[in-house]
Amino acid sequence: MSAVAVPARRERPGFLAAAWAFVKRHLLTVYSILFFAYLLLPIAVVIVFSFNNPTGKFNYTWQGFTWNNWRYWDGVPGIRSSIVLSLQIALLASLVATALGTAIALALVRYSFRGRGSTNILIFLPLSAPEIVLGASLLTLFLNLNVVFGFWTILIAHIMFCISFAVVTVKARLVGFDRHLEEAAMDLGANEWTTFRKVTLPLIAPAILAALLLCFAISIDDFVVTYFNSGNRITFPLFVWGAARIGAPPQVNVIGTAIFVIALTAMLVNVLVQMRRSKGAT
Amino acid sequence: MSLFHRHRGLTPYLLLAPGILFLGVFFVVPLGFLAYQSLESGNIDFGYAFTWAWSNYGDALRNYRAQFIRSLEYAGIATALALVLSYPVAYWIAFRGGRWKNLLLLFIVAPFFVTYLIRTLAWETILSDNGFVVNTLQSLHVLGPGGRLLATSTAVVAGITYNFLPFMALPLYVSLEQIDGRLIEAAEDLYASKLHAFLRVTLPLSLPGIVAGTLLTFIPAAGDFINAQLLGSTNNHMIGNVIQSKFLEQADYPAAAAMSFILMAGILVAVFLYARLVGTEQLTGTAA
Repeated sequence: MSAVAVPARRERPGFLAAAWAFVKRHLLTVYSILFFAYLLLPIAVVIVFSFNNPTGKFNYTWQGFTWNNWRYWDGVPGIRSSIVLSLQIALLASLVATALGTAIALALVRYSFRGRGSTNILIFLPLSAPEIVLGASLLTLFLNLNVVFGFWTILIAHIMFCISFAVVTVKARLVGFDRHLEEAAMDLGANEWTTFRKVTLPLIAPAILAALLLCFAISIDDFVVTYFNSGNRITFPLFVWGAARIGAPPQVNVIGTAIFVIALTAMLVNVLVQMRRSKGAT
Repeated sequence: MSLFHRHRGLTPYLLLAPGILFLGVFFVVPLGFLAYQSLESGNIDFGYAFTWAWSNYGDALRNYRAQFIRSLEYAGIATALALVLSYPVAYWIAFRGGRWKNLLLLFIVAPFFVTYLIRTLAWETILSDNGFVVNTLQSLHVLGPGGRLLATSTAVVAGITYNFLPFMALPLYVSLEQIDGRLIEAAEDLYASKLHAFLRVTLPLSLPGIVAGTLLTFIPAAGDFINAQLLGSTNNHMIGNVIQSKFLEQADYPAAAAMSFILMAGILVAVFLYARLVGTEQLTGTAA
């Protein structure tokens, strides 16, 4: 009996061990794929429901396919003007914040001066305060000074929370910067301004572009700080908020999908260029 | 001679001035106004006057104690969930990602490319009463026949966890990616089991990422009101909801201002306790 049982017994633990080894080896991969599915599920819902043809005012359940939401993307009153306002604010805020932030980053990395430490803290604080506090404090400032809420208060708010992001982005690039290139230019007779324009600026241009894009993305997505300081002007996120209370129309998903596709394309191009570069390097 | 030496004097201040002035006027001064407002008394019809009304703080804590506690509780649970959920994936990308690392990181930040409010509304669709998640859970008898997910604390915590997940995953990845694989090999050569090598080598070395991710997730989560508004009911409202409605709907500015400061104080205390737990040098290391 034992002569028959032993081989069988030996085989089963072997099989189980192999199965266990397989699961163990691929467990992390399987889990990661599930994790990515979870991350991307809401995005898929946004895209799919941009093609939904809801019968009532709620875009919650799938009713049928239609191109109409895309064809009439501005068919909902107020949506077009909210997008225009968001684009205007994002463009201006990212330009101003990046200019101010680049100057601060240059000062912080290049020079040692009194107050450097406290400047670093001042840059760090807006990044670490909850958004609602940033929005609320700016609201009390404008209320107490009797400022009329609207375009300018939104723009000021966006520049304020973008500056720190711009500083951090440009600083990261400046730290690894070879200063000998500038010294060489000055040795060859260039003055300080020419050196900055012809040597420094081209070298930090990618970081400035990254800061611009980051500020643009943060500005166009911002809800909380804008909500506190917008008066009766409506940016796209504010439009979504208002629409959500009465049932958001599928056009909201159309715009959401469009923003997603544009941002993703920009990032994909960037990643592919990096991958090609690192492949060429090795 | 570099730029550095020649213009030590005025140049840095000229470069700093516009940006720092802007932050001073529109970030620091407003915090002063908020503090001032928090000590005012009166009402919206007759106006508010500064009276050192410290009672605003006591009243806020007494009247909205549940919302304060809920904010810290939801944010704490969501942060812990985000850490547990994203650590294995950050590990997988860092050690097994190969040359696909950047592409996989792109997947991690992909949710940020969809407007915050729209991706939260997408969760509202997913968790809605006739959605497939509720239907599946009902057929498995996890939920009763009339059971729902929307308007529950589960939905709010799930929404917060999802929305701030990339803030946790990215710093985790950065710290794991910097670990020299030879250290783990060395531990295994010295007869540490895989689990032991992980607990004694990998995990401690990834602590800066855990600390940074925890702070980046916890702080915005504690102040959030969007998830509670869209995915929860009034029973799930957080302090952010109260601050928002006091400011923008009831115009009760002093109370709202006091609550904003209590929220910040609460976050600071939580961060301080956390710092005691993990060691102060880790915290300042990430802050610097």
